[in-house]
Amino acid sequence: MDLIAVVQILDSTLRLATPLLFAALAGLISERAGVFDIGLEGKMLAAAFFSAAFAFTTGNVWLGLCAGIIASMFLSLIHGVASITFRGNQLISGVAINFLAAGLTVVIAQNWFRQGGRTPTLVGDARFPRLTLPGAEAVRDVPVLGPFYSVILSGHSILVYVGLLCVPLVWYGLFRTRFGLRLRAVGENPAAVDTAGISVVGMRYGAVMICGVLCGLAGAYLATGLSAGFVKDMTAGRGFIALAAMIFAKWRPWHALGAVLLFGLLEAIANRYQNIDLGFMVLPAQFMQALPYILTVVILAGFVGRAIPPRAGGEPYVKER
Amino acid sequence: MSDRRIPHWADVVLVPLTSVLLAFIISAIVIWAIGEDPWEATKLMVQGAFGSSYGWGYTLYYATNFIFTGLAVAVAFQAKLFNIGGEGQATMGGLGVAMVCLYLPWPHWSMALVAAAFGAALFGAAWAAIPGYLQVRRGSHIVITTIMFNFIAAALLNYLLVNVMRPAGSMDPASARFPPEVRLPRLHEILDVFGIPFSTATPANISFLVAVAACFVVWYMLWRTRLGYQIRAFGQSEPAAQYAGISPFRITMYVMLISGALAGMMAINNVMGEANRLLLNAVEGAGFIGIAVALMGRNHPFGVFLAAVLFGFLYQGGAELALWTTIPRELIVVIQALVILFTGALDNMVRMPIAALFARRRRS
Repeated sequence: MDLIAVVQILDSTLRLATPLLFAALAGLISERAGVFDIGLEGKMLAAAFFSAAFAFTTGNVWLGLCAGIIASMFLSLIHGVASITFRGNQLISGVAINFLAAGLTVVIAQNWFRQGGRTPTLVGDARFPRLTLPGAEAVRDVPVLGPFYSVILSGHSILVYVGLLCVPLVWYGLFRTRFGLRLRAVGENPAAVDTAGISVVGMRYGAVMICGVLCGLAGAYLATGLSAGFVKDMTAGRGFIALAAMIFAKWRPWHALGAVLLFGLLEAIANRYQNIDLGFMVLPAQFMQALPYILTVVILAGFVGRAIPPRAGGEPYVKER
Repeated sequence: MSDRRIPHWADVVLVPLTSVLLAFIISAIVIWAIGEDPWEATKLMVQGAFGSSYGWGYTLYYATNFIFTGLAVAVAFQAKLFNIGGEGQATMGGLGVAMVCLYLPWPHWSMALVAAAFGAALFGAAWAAIPGYLQVRRGSHIVITTIMFNFIAAALLNYLLVNVMRPAGSMDPASARFPPEVRLPRLHEILDVFGIPFSTATPANISFLVAVAACFVVWYMLWRTRLGYQIRAFGQSEPAAQYAGISPFRITMYVMLISGALAGMMAINNVMGEANRLLLNAVEGAGFIGIAVALMGRNHPFGVFLAAVLFGFLYQGGAELALWTTIPRELIVVIQALVILFTGALDNMVRMPIAALFARRRRS
């Protein structure tokens, strides 16, 4: 493995980690407020389709992004109505949302574009262009720092940088603001928050809708940044890898960044090499694909540091009468 | 809260039927919105699924899959456990069936069926037992672990088919064909004995009868045995069950073993009965449809049977629809999602107006 290969792998690591990052932060906010969300996958998928469809029809990727976010927020609203207002099972609601997105995207795509459940390929302004960071050309020939800055960090679509920016934003919002304190309290002890005169329902809806926005960004990046258009089931389990990353990070934003970079790296390596020869044994590509899930099971089982979810997670809040 | 009570018949019949009706109405709107006639589409589906013995054959073939996965989810739901890993457990069940059929010699299909069912149940149960164990002993959430195990099972099967079980010289990732001795009798061969003519082109096979038998066994287990009573007590209230001396560890393990075994046994239908070899992604989402089937069937084996036949109809009807109209097969996924949404997550939304209706009638 030479240096160029390493740089290329790290470059695609950042690219592949971005949708996971948005979705992991989305899940983190929702679950911190006590609403389990296994519907990340479905929301990403819906956002991917609607962003690609609107970007293609209007020729403007920003309109596409808005459409994707609205679609994702609509599914979030369903999740909120089911799990907050009607106190339904949050996990079942998540499953339903995943299937709703998987089915509706193909049905609508077939109806609008008649290309077998995909959108036409996006070109030009219908995709996010690659940005060159200031000074990237100037430092290109500096050893180590040059390739790191001008190849790995520079040259991505704007959403990659938005994603990286979201990490400190979410951290600050959750741990340094009043809203964040209340949000976390709603996930740990909603009765106490209610006693303080703050609406548990309102806080939870807020968290679920923010989750929708972030999932929308994840899906829009997938269809208009990472690839050029929507294809059937294009999320391919990324929503669940993001869920795994969130648990792996034990519901903490900075750790989530670390987790998605690790899982992005695994995906980048698996994309580049079919099998990895370690000398004494060969790791098959399938093992690399399964590794995020295996790691999550291990961390959930508490064999390597224990992951404890927010205490009131998954429990609908019933005000005492 | 006394006003919220509704009669038993309304709880088991009226509420699920209302939910399904809501799901169908929204599906009809979707069909209408994409420019097709919902009424024509329904007629086409009914005709395609029930109008010929060919349609019936496919409907019952799909229903067999869904009975197994639906029972698997239902048994777990009875103990308040959400086993979302039917997909992975059925995948592993397929591996069990393939190993029994490929690596052991069988003189007759009947012996092979018993052994294959056992192998499928064993592999499925093992795949469900690990998340069960991790939940009770290590505190990891069973829903997350079973989801992860679905993906791990898919990767494992992919590896085994590509690198180990693929016959030399073959390009597609699938195992070798099973020997002809283990071919299960199809439904038309069974009905032929009684002189009933039935389409010879459908994959419905004797596994359907095994699935029906499984419904009876699960019903007996849940409502007529000590274990079943303990499972239901545990599902109603864990602290109360524990106070009564029911061990959470024991119940969780038993439930997950039974649930995984049932999901795994689906493989005798799709792997042994239909494909006759192990294919990549042979389960085709049936593990997830089990969730919808169990929710609709109110976690009762008889309800599961009816719901499985309904979903078998939707699958076969949906295939016909895709053949004759511009409506893609994925419409069935939408219907499935709506059924899960209304019968599962929005249960209270459906229940509240019905409860209010009964309360008003009681008062007047």
